[in-house]
Amino acid sequence: MANLSIEHLNKRYGATTVLNDVNLSIEDGEFVVLVGPSGCGKSTLLRMIAGLDGASGGDIHIAGKLVNTLAPAERGIAMVFQSYALYPHMNVRKNMTFGLKFTGVPPTERERRVTEAARMLRLEELLERYPRDLSGGQRQRVAIGRAIVREPEVFLFDEPLSNLDAALRVSTRVEIANLHRLLKSTIVYVTHDQVEAMTLADRIVVMNKGCIEQVGKPLDLYYEPANLFVAGFIGSPAMNFFEAEVEGIEGGRARVTGAAFRTLDISAASLKVGDRLTVGVRPEHLVRGEAGAFTAEGIVELVERLGEASFAYLRRVDGKMFVAEVRGRQTPAPGETVTLVAASPDVHVFDASGLRVATETR
Amino acid sequence: MTRDQRARSIGVHLVLIAYSLLAVGPILLVVMNSFKVRSAIFGSPLTPPDASTFSLIGYEKVFRSSHILLYYSNSLIVTLVSMALVLLFGAMAAWALTEYRFRGSTALALFLSIGIMVPIRLGSVAILNMMRSAGLNDTLTALVLVYVAQGLPMSIFILSEFIQQIPKDLRDAARCDGVPETRIFFEVVAPLLRPAIATVAVFTIVPIWNDLWFPLILTSSDSTHTVTLGVQQFLGQYITDWNSVLAALSMAILPVVVIYVILSRQLIAGLTSGAVK
Ligand SMILES: Nc1ncnc2c1ncn2[C@@H]1O[C@H](COP(=O)(O)OP(=O)(O)OP(=O)(O)O)[C@@H](O)[C@H]1O
Ligand SMILES: [Mg+2]
Repeated sequence: MANLSIEHLNKRYGATTVLNDVNLSIEDGEFVVLVGPSGCGKSTLLRMIAGLDGASGGDIHIAGKLVNTLAPAERGIAMVFQSYALYPHMNVRKNMTFGLKFTGVPPTERERRVTEAARMLRLEELLERYPRDLSGGQRQRVAIGRAIVREPEVFLFDEPLSNLDAALRVSTRVEIANLHRLLKSTIVYVTHDQVEAMTLADRIVVMNKGCIEQVGKPLDLYYEPANLFVAGFIGSPAMNFFEAEVEGIEGGRARVTGAAFRTLDISAASLKVGDRLTVGVRPEHLVRGEAGAFTAEGIVELVERLGEASFAYLRRVDGKMFVAEVRGRQTPAPGETVTLVAASPDVHVFDASGLRVATETR
Repeated sequence: MTRDQRARSIGVHLVLIAYSLLAVGPILLVVMNSFKVRSAIFGSPLTPPDASTFSLIGYEKVFRSSHILLYYSNSLIVTLVSMALVLLFGAMAAWALTEYRFRGSTALALFLSIGIMVPIRLGSVAILNMMRSAGLNDTLTALVLVYVAQGLPMSIFILSEFIQQIPKDLRDAARCDGVPETRIFFEVVAPLLRPAIATVAVFTIVPIWNDLWFPLILTSSDSTHTVTLGVQQFLGQYITDWNSVLAALSMAILPVVVIYVILSRQLIAGLTSGAVK
């Protein structure tokens, strides 16, 4: 088990920059999840940690050792691929032991590790089967097993669950969480499933266009997004944004006005009169009411019923749309005008450059 | 099945049957007539041998008057050794050219693809001179070398296509597993290339086995003759011993058919096992 540190990592393909000065430090035993929109460089970062792609600049240390020039097998990593990447012409046992042959693990030890991994992943019955005779979930477990038997310092997962159906995804997710608890190994895990990220991660790394936007605990990211991108990316449906402006400052509190909501009072020391702001409120923090710290009105256009909650899509005064979560059985009807309020800790404020303005939080 | 579908299926089968007859017909004719007496070959070429026309005289003459078994073994050696080398080097070159980017790799790929477009026979004179000065004149080695050169470009081309279809993750997984590059090639990639290798093997074998040109110009003594060249001695300028020619040709067809049957089994087995991810 080991810590992992990435310093000033760059990756360019010709003129396109895929990763731009990435810095990240991961503790021993930590479960770190990389999230970000498609094409932001998550897989590239993972493959560079693995040593499958070379860096255009920067350093990677695993367990304190500089691994820039080491081959993947020498880095003490094991990778689990989205496509499973099982050797189709080898049975499950052979799939797991194949690599060990080359890294000097004696046969008795190989056998012990396979037995151990098979027990952990409930693969005992399947050891003699070929990958083509396994279900998707079983294949994924074999792929994880193949990683476990290598006893790596760092596990790398690239969207391991995205080829599974919804139910299997949940159960395998739980399994991976258990595995982490059991092995206490360092894990870097790429996904674009928010639930996976939130449930599994000790820390989440949000990436965008080859840069890291924010690193933090799942709930920190949710309650205190560092910038507009993270605010919009974490949470589903996405946070509602309202353009706003500072109208006046009195006793450390700023009066913020906007076209689509009632004037709002926030405690923020750093603001000046005339500052352009963006006010963000999550759909699940909006409730029906008369007046709150934050109050906005809208005409219901569409209601999506999910069961426990429904999402109302409302047209605001300035013509744009926003979303509110409605609990319970009574949902507003399309055409109805609804007033929604949010408490002040649930109101996020961002300055003109998109950075979070410190206000009170939960 | 609706009537429409059935009609279409019948149509397709008619075309296929016609094509098969066209392809198999001449072969059947050769084999059939090789078992007949000379007068029946010319008198009724299209009828199968019956009690009165059946004769093994052609085969007898072939065995008696020529070293057919020697020719046979020469052909087999040349064909199989060439095939093995073409497959080995072809697969290795295809792997190197698709998997690694190195200086000159594009130029090399281009150079090899020229080999597909330019027929090797254009270089016959140069090849002959080269073999002479290398002291390889009138040896089977000379034939093998020429056939390997002839077969490589196409096999590299076909195998590259197949290698590109092998998921990249598989090679990456093997690399993470610590499998050395040569073992990745031989133990991960090569087994998955089995259907492609069978295809290339068939493509390689048939023209080599049937080739007359290079044995004609590169071999002179009886001991290095191949079957196709051996048959020529029955084709005289003034009289042709048709019994012997047909018998020898029938025997020449046999190994190709056998190899094809073996490989096509392999080909189908490979295809079905590789089809499922
Ligand atoms: N060989 C390459 N040449 C040029 N650009 C590349 C190459 N490989 C990847 N890229 C680019 O790098 C960027 C990041 O790719 P990457 O696969 O890391 O994205 P990702 O975050 O994993 O996306 P996804 O969520 O879709 O898997 C993409 O814009 C991609 O086009
Ligand atoms: Mg990816």
